[in-house]
Order: sequence, then C-alpha cells, then structure tokens
Amino acid sequence: MAALLDRARELVATVTDPELPMLTLEDLGVLRDVSVDENGTVTVAITPTYSGCPAMATMRDDIVRTLKEAGLEATVRLTLSPAWTTDWISERGRTALAEHGISPPGRATPVAGPVALTLSPLRRAVHCPQCGSVDVEVTSEFGSTACKALYRCLTCLEPFDHVKEI
Amino acid sequence: MTNPSHNTDANPVAHDPHDSVYDGLLVNDAHWAFGTDFEDPLAGVDTTVPEGMEPGDLAAYCLMLGDDALILSHRLSEWCSSAPDLEEDIALANIALDLLGQARLLLARAAAADPSVVPALPEGSPVPAEDALAYFRSCQEFRNLRLVEAPNGDFAETISRLLVFATYRLALFERLTQSPDAVLAAVAAKGVKELTYHRDFAGRWFLTLAQGTEESRRRLLAGLATVWPLRAELFASHEVEARIGVDPASIAADVDVVLEQVFAVSGVERPTARALAGVEGQTGRDGMHSEALSRLLAEMQVVAREHPMGVW
Ligand SMILES: [Zn+2]
Repeated sequence: MAALLDRARELVATVTDPELPMLTLEDLGVLRDVSVDENGTVTVAITPTYSGCPAMATMRDDIVRTLKEAGLEATVRLTLSPAWTTDWISERGRTALAEHGISPPGRATPVAGPVALTLSPLRRAVHCPQCGSVDVEVTSEFGSTACKALYRCLTCLEPFDHVKEI
Repeated sequence: MTNPSHNTDANPVAHDPHDSVYDGLLVNDAHWAFGTDFEDPLAGVDTTVPEGMEPGDLAAYCLMLGDDALILSHRLSEWCSSAPDLEEDIALANIALDLLGQARLLLARAAAADPSVVPALPEGSPVPAEDALAYFRSCQEFRNLRLVEAPNGDFAETISRLLVFATYRLALFERLTQSPDAVLAAVAAKGVKELTYHRDFAGRWFLTLAQGTEESRRRLLAGLATVWPLRAELFASHEVEARIGVDPASIAADVDVVLEQVFAVSGVERPTARALAGVEGQTGRDGMHSEALSRLLAEMQVVAREHPMGVW
C-alpha cells in the first residue's frame, strides 16, 4: 500500500496547472493531500486559488485522467481551509514562472486587523522578466487570468504578467 | 515573445529551443474540457450545519450573500466589450468572475444546508442545485440588496456602486471569517483577498474620475448621487442576518470610515440624498425588488429555463 501511495503521489506531482502549464499543481501549492484506501482508490485533495477560478474543473479532470492512465481509480475533493495564498508557490515554481516570462509573486501581506485601502499603485519589488529592468509600471491589477496583474517594462517596452499576491 | 522562425522546415518544432509549455494545449484536446462536466463546488467538504443554527436560516443567509454576488456579477459582465478601454474591460470581467465564484459557493452551501430551498425541476434534470437556484427562482425569491440590481449607468456610476458594494462586502467578509459555519468562514477568508483588489480598483477610479476632467467629475458626482439612496439598505438588519450572520448594522461605521477616506482624497462631499424607502417596509432582503431585477433575470435565465433537461 505504501508503494501504491508513493506511485500515486509521483503521478499527481506531474499534473500541471491548465493556465500556468510551467507549474505543477504541487509547485502552485494547491495540492493538499494524496491518500489511498484499502480498495486502492486514490483520493486527492486540492484547494481553489480564486473563488471563481475556471481551472478547478480542469485540474480535477487532469488528476483523474493521469491516474486512470496508470490504472488507478481516483476521486478529487476540495479543501477550502486554510485559504490558498501565493506564498504556497514553491521556489521551483517561482523560478519556472520567471523562466517563462511571468513575474513571480512577492510575499503576500499578512492580514492583521482591517484591510487597509490602497489608492496609490501597489508597491512591489517587480522586475521585467524579459530584460531584468526594475523600471516597470503596472498597467492593470487585473490581467489575462484571475491570478495575474499586467505590467509594462519601461526599458524594453514589453508588457508582462505578474502573479499577484493574495 | 514568439520566435519568428518557429514552425518552419529549417527549424522543426521538436528542436526549437523556444518550445513553449503552452504548445501542449494545442495538441491535447483533453485540456479543452472547460464546462463539459458539472462538479459539486463543495465536493468532499463537510457541510454539516453547526449546532445552534437553523438549516433554514443558514440557507436563507447564504442566498442573501450569494444573490448579492450573482446579480452584481451579471451587471458587471454587461460591461464585457463595452468598457472605456481594454484594461478596464478585463478588470470588470475579472471582478465579475470572482463574484460569480463566490455566488456559486454560497448557493451550493445554501442548497447543502437546506435542500428545500432548491426549486423543483423535472425528474432526471441534470441541473446542479446552485444552477437551479440561480436560474429557476423567480424575482421575489431573490434576496439580494437593491443596490446590486440597478442598471449600470455609465462607467462612473458603475464605479460608484462598486466602491460602495466592495467596501461593504469586504467589511462584512472580514467578520464572516469568524462564522461558526466552517464553509461560510472559508468562503469569506478567500473572498477578503479578492474584495481587497475590487475595493482598491473602485477607489482608484473614483479618485481618478473625481480629479480628472470637468466632465469626468460631473459624471462621477451624478453617478454617486444615483447610487447613494440605495446605500442605507445595506445596513438595515434583516432578522436572519442578525440571528446567524454578521449584523450589517455593526459594520456601518467601519464602511463609512473607508468611504469618507475616498471622498476626502477625491474632494467629494458625502451625498445627502435620502434613502430609497422600501415597499410596505420590505426591501431586497425580503424579496421586494425593482423592475430592473426582473429584466435582468429574464436575460440571465432564459436559456436555462428553455432547457431544464439540457446538458452543456
Ligand atoms: Zn524589460
């Protein structure tokens, strides 16, 4: 059974995020638990990134399919608490994002007391993933997917995505 | 950026050092599975109603918070392809998506708490409970605030409403993280992070429009004046809210502090318009709505209602 569990963990670890395919679900930090019951059925627990993330159903289908192709039956369940934060993206995941031209998130600010209103642009230590320049500006806090802000490099003039801290 | 020599004979894809991780998306049809399958948004989540809470109360409360998110999500999505520029189009669509996700979880939680709130559908209908609640309830069964159902108006009016709503909902969700119901607490904890971005977005645009041109300021003040009479209803406690949720009266002062902050920076006077009265003492939380909601629902629900046995 331990061997089966290791095998299941290994397989699940290869499943990638449908919107950020350079990241495995493990690197993204949404994989919470893998277990095997006495019948050999695998249960995988994942946690949503954003409430409305349309990738959740695809993640579930990809996990089930990957395990099925290896002859394993699987069910996927959701874990809502504690809520996912970008701090759970692994170092390897951060490197992979940067290598693919996406600026990785900084540390998510811990919430203590009421959330402060921020009317000026958020201050982040972001550099351009294309040319490395720190002379960048935010175009919009909302980008091509729920998890990204849109930036522009003022040196090489390329736009780029930044995975925003939550 | 794409390698210009990508995919030519001289530089076959297999050896291209610029191979993208996205290439797999083009050849693997299994990745295009969005929306082909329903799933329970609370699969595997313990939905036992906490002791001391009436299932009917919990369901009613989840419908209130879920309907607020659903209806404003629909209004915001009406901006798709019509916003002043592409960035704002995408921002409003993203905010709508966050709210739709919150609505889906809350409506699913309502159904799990008290299945009797879910409208009856023909035997064998594949429509999941949260969709039945969204698409098969009539106007007077919706429990949303009247603030969220009003038509969008122009961009300035939309921003004014979003500022008031996101400020209210963020204050509410910050407290809801302490709910005895673990599902509500988890939905709130995630929602707080999303709503923080929504409130900042609305606050920045409010300031920009107020300090922009004479025309942008004129429109902002007009939009705020239209929205303001619907604000008081946010803080009127419904008995269900007072009994098992966050009593909205308890957050009124905190919401005002944030709004005053935005008004002060923007050089805008707090409006003095009187609150819109209810009808025989009833408002949105009681199912008393404006005509705008019936028009909105007609559009939102028509396809689902035509095909109660439909598989999408
Ligand atoms: Zn650059």
